[in-house]
Amino acid sequence: MEILRSGLLQRALLEVVILGATCGALGVWLLHVRSTYAAESLAHAMLPGLVIATLVGAPLLLGAAGGVLVAAALIAVAARDTRVGAEVAVGVTVTTAFGLGAVLALAPAVPARLGELLFGDLLGTSTPDLVAAAALGALVALALGAGHRSLTAAVFDPVAAPSLGVRPGRIELALLALLAVAVVAAVQGLGNLLVLALIVAPASAGIRLGASLRGQIVLASGLGALAGLLGLVASAELDIAAGASVALAAIALYVLAALARPAAPRPPGSRRSPVEALGSG
Amino acid sequence: MSAAIEVAGLSATYGPGAIALCDVTFTATEGQAVAVLGPNGGGKTTLFRALLGELPATTGSVSVRGATAYVPQTERSRLDFPVSALDVALMGAYARTPWYRRIGAGDRALAREALQRVGLADRASERFGALSGGQRQRVLIARALVQDAGVLLLDEPFAGVDRTSEEAIMRILDELRAEGRVLLIATHDVDQARRWDRVLCLRGSQVAFGPPAETLTNAVLEGTYGEEIVVLDCGHRAVAVQHHAHSHSHSHSH
Repeated sequence: MEILRSGLLQRALLEVVILGATCGALGVWLLHVRSTYAAESLAHAMLPGLVIATLVGAPLLLGAAGGVLVAAALIAVAARDTRVGAEVAVGVTVTTAFGLGAVLALAPAVPARLGELLFGDLLGTSTPDLVAAAALGALVALALGAGHRSLTAAVFDPVAAPSLGVRPGRIELALLALLAVAVVAAVQGLGNLLVLALIVAPASAGIRLGASLRGQIVLASGLGALAGLLGLVASAELDIAAGASVALAAIALYVLAALARPAAPRPPGSRRSPVEALGSG
Repeated sequence: MSAAIEVAGLSATYGPGAIALCDVTFTATEGQAVAVLGPNGGGKTTLFRALLGELPATTGSVSVRGATAYVPQTERSRLDFPVSALDVALMGAYARTPWYRRIGAGDRALAREALQRVGLADRASERFGALSGGQRQRVLIARALVQDAGVLLLDEPFAGVDRTSEEAIMRILDELRAEGRVLLIATHDVDQARRWDRVLCLRGSQVAFGPPAETLTNAVLEGTYGEEIVVLDCGHRAVAVQHHAHSHSHSHSH
């Protein structure tokens, strides 16, 4: 296949498989913690950081990291006001940040790269980009492995978790930090908007198909990598945008999983909002 | 096992301006079960958190001898989370297993033993959320056994539990008592409270503490529940608590 002969495509393929596997595993936890909203928000809120990095010619990774940190700090501060509530705090912060990013990006003096920031540039993956994605992906995977039991206790039983030696607040914060790392890793290849598809879709499919927690994580990782592969091949064959093809492939795999295993009736006592139900299937 | 709880003049709060619980004084010695009776918001959970060391005492002192386990209401845990009964029992070994180690064979055997004790050996690989309310409660008690807890804090262990499971849980709790463990059993069911060695009545502050027969007088119950109480006229009293997830009223016609 032609895809294996071009160095450009080889790098893109490696990048997207790494990202797919990482985001898939992380996504399972985010869906179980019900942090899909936080995931989306954090990804979007880094836009000003990306734009500023583009403006001053700094690496995107640096801008993304700065943007995430500022956004996370703003959300944490805003959410402290109990009258406002966490969701409103996130909504306000993210909309502000996204708007600010757009204003900066559309200013006449700025080179027109907004599209790339939002949708990534998979085929533009350089070797340093690839190394960075691999390192960040390994970091996320290691952290998830090391924290597996703590995450399990914190998600399953946050009330009793402290008496089991686990601090659920810290664990959720750590999970959001890992999300920030994953989004930073993915922004070059998939962009600020499309990265969400790789975090949510393979994880939703994995949760549908897997019986055990480990099974779900392995499946989600595999499906994420597969979505990357299929999307990239489709984009090369059909000559369509790479990042978008990957996102669509991930969604298509989820739809197949949902058809193969329709949603089980919810066990009594589990409450989900309609938005969550849509998000996690 | 020499477990014991000693609480003297305890006040604890979640934050400035919000006194959650004050003036609690009681003791529980080896092998005693204490019912903690009170309305929702009466301070049962606050007391448990103070005993677990998660909430510092603003005044007074708390001393707990023996490892302490919290047994939550099963409805509070995530029922759609893919963990088996054995997985949940194994959580009792988390605190003593470093993150870089697998859970040891000894602890796995302990978890299976604990499930056996609560009569669920054959359901070990079943998903926790697929078990009945009473079975889930027993799995959570098994987890406390794996923690090797001398002190068990049980939050409404009989809420939403069918008659058979209730009897099974009663039997297990009696066994644990016989082994010298200390049990605190939060409940808003007066009849339930009568079964145990001591009863502690809470409504923001301590209303009464002592053996149930002497303690559970009409005056104490009215002090504990205020207008929420319905006193029936046949020697039995019934409590109807409003605004609760498992609110139920008992009526007795004998």
